[in-house]
This record gives sequence, structure tokens and C-alpha cells, in this order.
Amino acid sequence: MASANKEGFMLEIRNLFVTVDGKEILKGINLTVKPGQVHSIMGPNGSGKSTLAQVLAGRSSYEVTRGEILFDGQDLTEMAPDERARAGVFMAFQYPVEIPGVSNLEFLKAALNAQREEQGKEELDAMEFLTFVREKTKLVKMNEEFLKRSVNAGFSGGEKKRHEILQMAVLEPRLAILDETDSGLDIDALRIVSEGINALRSPERAMVIITHYQRLLNYVQPDFVHVLVDGCIARSGGKELALELEEKGYSWVEAELAGARAKS
Amino acid sequence: MTDTTSTVEQFAKREYKYGFVTDIEQETIRPGLNEDVVRLISHKKGEPEWLTEWRLKAYRHWLTLKEPQWQNVHYPPIDYQKIAYYSAPKKKEAKSLEDVDPQLLEMYAKLGIPLNEQKLLAGVAVDAVFDSVSVATTFKDKLAELGIIFGSFSEAVREHPELVRKYLGSVVPYSDNYFATLNSAVFSDGSFAYIPKGVRCPMELSTYFRINAASTGQFERTLIVADEGASVSYLEGCTAPMRDENQLHAAVVELVALDRATIKYSTIQNWYPGDAQGRGGIYNFVTKRGLCAGQASRISWTQVETGSAITWKYPSCILKGDDSVGEFYSVALTSGRQQADTGTKMIHMGKNTRSTIVSKGISAVHGQNTYRGLVRILKSADNARNYTQCDSMLLGSECGAHTFPSIDVRNPTAKTEHEASTSKIGEDQIFYCNQRGIDLENAVSMIVNGFCKEVFRELPMEFAVEARKLLSVSLEGSVG
Repeated sequence: MASANKEGFMLEIRNLFVTVDGKEILKGINLTVKPGQVHSIMGPNGSGKSTLAQVLAGRSSYEVTRGEILFDGQDLTEMAPDERARAGVFMAFQYPVEIPGVSNLEFLKAALNAQREEQGKEELDAMEFLTFVREKTKLVKMNEEFLKRSVNAGFSGGEKKRHEILQMAVLEPRLAILDETDSGLDIDALRIVSEGINALRSPERAMVIITHYQRLLNYVQPDFVHVLVDGCIARSGGKELALELEEKGYSWVEAELAGARAKS
Repeated sequence: MTDTTSTVEQFAKREYKYGFVTDIEQETIRPGLNEDVVRLISHKKGEPEWLTEWRLKAYRHWLTLKEPQWQNVHYPPIDYQKIAYYSAPKKKEAKSLEDVDPQLLEMYAKLGIPLNEQKLLAGVAVDAVFDSVSVATTFKDKLAELGIIFGSFSEAVREHPELVRKYLGSVVPYSDNYFATLNSAVFSDGSFAYIPKGVRCPMELSTYFRINAASTGQFERTLIVADEGASVSYLEGCTAPMRDENQLHAAVVELVALDRATIKYSTIQNWYPGDAQGRGGIYNFVTKRGLCAGQASRISWTQVETGSAITWKYPSCILKGDDSVGEFYSVALTSGRQQADTGTKMIHMGKNTRSTIVSKGISAVHGQNTYRGLVRILKSADNARNYTQCDSMLLGSECGAHTFPSIDVRNPTAKTEHEASTSKIGEDQIFYCNQRGIDLENAVSMIVNGFCKEVFRELPMEFAVEARKLLSVSLEGSVG
């Protein structure tokens, strides 16, 4: 699908201000993402990384007070969360939610068919879907037994995150936002999840990877790294920026931002 | 943007699609209750003397009783003299399906119950009860070949008086409680089933109850007897027109399972629930009880209660025979201004008796849902076991869930377990579904159905699908 603007941006965030419970969290974010690009958003705890993910996904308790978010030139804030999802915006949750009694299979099928219906495609029946999803489970090294279990109920931390990547593989989103997908993973699970993410990189798909640590980026190489500090993007660069942060921590960027704010 | 509470408010606008009235000539007796009315009903049905006397005994006993007040539901006093106790279509009783008034057939077709055997769900025999009488029973002949008796209660009284006399009131005596006693005095029709020794009933037996006439009560009586080693699965469904006044439905169901017999009784209750302001709707005050009379008898109740303004019922099992098993699986949904006080009683008398209770209560909008249960293990019940799981789900902030479990153990070898939970349907769960492209209505339906899964899997296959749909329809618009 072609982007609606000349520069070919899929996602444009312009001067975005967001409050939660009356508290301003994001204070003028600017970010543009083109198809095929992988952007990493890093930053210390409480800097607003997850808020950015939630706002993109459409969580109702996050209020956009200024600025705009365009997806293919369309105002994303005007769309309900399920409309955004069906338009191809996917968020891998930091804390995936349990839904007892609803099997993964049932859930994934409902999600995929909701999207297919939107695209005017025929729904997959139970057999077609099973064949389709079996192939996808290999990507995150899950066995079929897993599909019968209730959504996230009783899953280990690693299983939950692999399940998120499985859902991404099934839904094939155009824009994937990964919210701290690496948190709580042991090294094996991290590798499986990373391989899954890499396999899903494509020229049509953009990814925004939100992470606190650099370690995921050892496996998934971003095209751009942005450092979020106190609700602003304090610095942007290539993947070498992530290494620099790993070495020096976030304090020097924070100091830089404070200095810049004092001058203005 | 929506949040869960405001969305739940919109949920109230659900539609009841069975609310139509069938315009058919009916004979309804004048409202009011006295001994003459009891005699008149008995006479209209051509009953033998003993049954008339039984009714009168019940009526006289009823006069000494007071309407129960302990249940956690609220309604204005019922004027029992304003209710008509008998109403039937004017046309003569049909001898066979071909003779049934086409207008009635059409109505049942509209309800999704085609009485034409060719069109029926394969493997389901239906007894259709319209107000006070049974209007048709399908697959009777086929069942008769196996010695299975299935049909209206009135017919059973005429054709198998010895069976009726032996078992009527044997599980729920005429003096049992206010509403069961009233039923014993004025009961009109209902279904009767007898499965002979060693016969496994090859199809689901089903009764479809329909209230049509205004200002009448429905008092049906169902009796199912499974002889030694027999087994049967039975399902009842019910609907009523939308009316501004409340209508009383006070039924009695008695089940008797002899040695090694199994009875599975499923209910999908969808009486008119009243409107969003709580006007109208059915008072569903029902007594249901099963007797596991013999060794290793088994009775299983499964109920999906989505209708009625007020539901008051406790399908119970008396586990008399050694090694007998009682089960109760329930989903009760209260939306709008609906109230439900429902649960079960498991009375363990025999040795090694086991019971399982799984109750799922869902409350939305202003709905009030109460689970009330009793597990009683008598001195004689060595090694009795009970497992109870009682979960409540709240949709919105104006509704309520209440739990009154009671456990009474008089034998030290008994083991009982009770698990309970109350959860609010999570905004997080809904958002998670939304983020995967599943819209709000489907998300709620999926989450609620997941919550009820343990109960739905107990329903016969054809009806599990029906129950899921019903639950979705009942929740339509209550989360929006």
C-alpha cells in the first residue's frame, strides 16, 4: 500500500503532547517512520516510552492534548483501537492479558478474521486457519498443544512474549510496536523472540521497538535509535547510539536535555 | 473513546426477539383461585379422582403457607386472585402432528422449533407446551418402539396412571414449599418421560415452553423417570411475549434415577426479562429436584439462565443411593433490572456419593445475581465428596454479585472443597482484544463465553451453540 504523503512516511508523529490522569507525560514528540524501517525507542524508566506505545494503540486513558499522529496520512487519534488494529497497527504488550476459557486458537482466529473481513477477504474456516497457524507457530518454536490453552492463562513470562510475536506473525501488521518485549526474558527466550522479530522484518513493514536495555538490539539491528527522556526525544542516531547508551547510561543524555531546556 | 462502565450502560438496549404474541383463540378461565378452580382444572383435564384429591390437598396446604421472604430478590406482592390459572388454544387436542393448528406450528417455527419431524434437528424429540397445554410431541412412535414413554403430562395421567401415581410428588412433595405447593394444586401440563430398564434413549428429549396469554400463570409439571440402567438427556427451552405486567411461572420438575440410571437435564431459560426500566417480565419461581434413588445413579443439571425478571430456583440432587453422583452446572446472566437467586442443593445420604457444583454468575447494567447453595453430608454418607466452584463476573459498576454458600457436614470422612472468585470484566481484557482487531461486542461475548466454558461444554452439542448465541444476544448493547 502506498503512503498518503510525498515523503513516503507510514507514521508521522508531530509535536505530540499526552497526559495521563492530568499529568503530562509526553511533551512534544516528533517521529517519522517509513515502511521497512526499524526504529528503537530507548530511555530510562518513567520517560514515557510505554505511554507512546499505548497512545499509538489507542488506550482510552491516555489523552492527546496537542499535536498529531498520522498513519498513512490518516489521523490515527480519530480511530478506535480495534479500527487501528484492523488497519494494520499492532502492539506487542509489555504485560499480555489473560483471558481464561478462550483458547489461543479461537482468539487468533477471531483476530485474523476480523482483519480479513475489513479487507474484504473471505474468513478462514477452522481447518484453513489451523493449517495457517501451524506454520506460524514454528517461527516462535511453539508446539500445537499450546494453541489449545487459554489466552496467556498460566503462561510463563517467556511464553507470553512468544505468544505476542506469534500474534504478530498471524496478523502480519504494517506497523508493529513492540513494548518492552525483551523484559523478563531469559537468554534462550530472548533469542527465540528476536529470531521471530527478524523473520518478520520486511520492506512493507515498519517496527518501533521500545526497550530499556540494549541487549535486544544485539539480535535485532535497528535502523534508528531514539532516546526518550522526560517525554521528549533527546537524541536520535543510528544503532551505534544504543551501544553508547549501554556504555555510559542515560544520565549524560538527561544532563544534555536539562542543559538545552535551561538555555531556551 | 469508551471506557468499560459507560459501555456497559449502553448494554441495556438489548432486544428480545421472542416477544411477539400469537393471536389465537384461547379458552382462559376467569382469574382467581379457590377449590372450584382447582376442581375445574382437574375436570378439564379429565383426571382421575385421586389426582383431584391430591390437588385439593395441596391447595388446602398452600392456604396455610406464607410466601417466602428470605431470597435476595425484590418484587411487589403478587395478587394470586388476579391470575388466571388455565389457558388453552380453543381447538381440540391434536391426535397427531397433522392435526395441530397451523397457526401454532407457524408460531413454533418462528421460535426456531419446527415441529415438522422432517425439519427437526435430527436426534431431538420435542414436546411443545403452549400456555397450559401440550400441543404436540414429535417422534413419539419412534420412541415407543423402545418402550420409551414421552409426551404430555395429561396424556401420561390417562395412559400410564400407575407410573404417574407412583412417582408424582415422590421427589417434590405437594407440601414442599410455597410455589411448589401452588403448582401441585393448579399445575396444567408439562412433559412426562419414562425410560425403561436398560434403555439408552437414542435422541435428546426436549420440551419447549411458551407462555402466550396475558394475565395467566404457567404452572407446568415435568416428571422424568429413568429405570435401572437407563439413560436420557433432556432439554427444556422457554420464551414468552413482551408484556408490561409480570407473569408468574411456577413450575415443578421431578427426576427419578434408579440403579445405575443417568439423567442429564439441561435448561436454556429465556423467558421475557422485562424492559430496561424493569417493567414486565416473568417471575420464574421454580422447584427442580432429582432423586438418585439407587446404586450409582447419576443426575446432572445444566442450566443457562438468561431470561426472566426474577429467577428463583435451586435444581438439587438427593444422593440417596450409594456411589451416586450429582452435578450442577449453571450460567446465570442478569442484565437490565433482572434479579436471580439461584444455586443448588446437594444432599449426600449414600456412601461414596459425589457431587460437583460449577456456578457462573454474570451481572451487567443493574442486574443482581445471587448464588445460594447447600452441600449437606449426612451421617450415613461415608466418604462423600463435594467440589464447588462459584465464579461471578461483573460488567459495569451498578450491578451486583452475591454468594451464600452453606456447607453442612455430619460425617468425618467427608471431603468438601469450595472455590469462589469475583472478577470485573477487565478493561485490559477488552483493550487486548480490541488491539487485535476484535470489536467491543465480539470481545465481550468472547470473554464472557470463555468465563462460561466449563458449563457450556456440559450442554448437548446442538444446544451449546444455541447457548453461546443466546448469551451474546443477551449482552448485546450492554457493553457498547
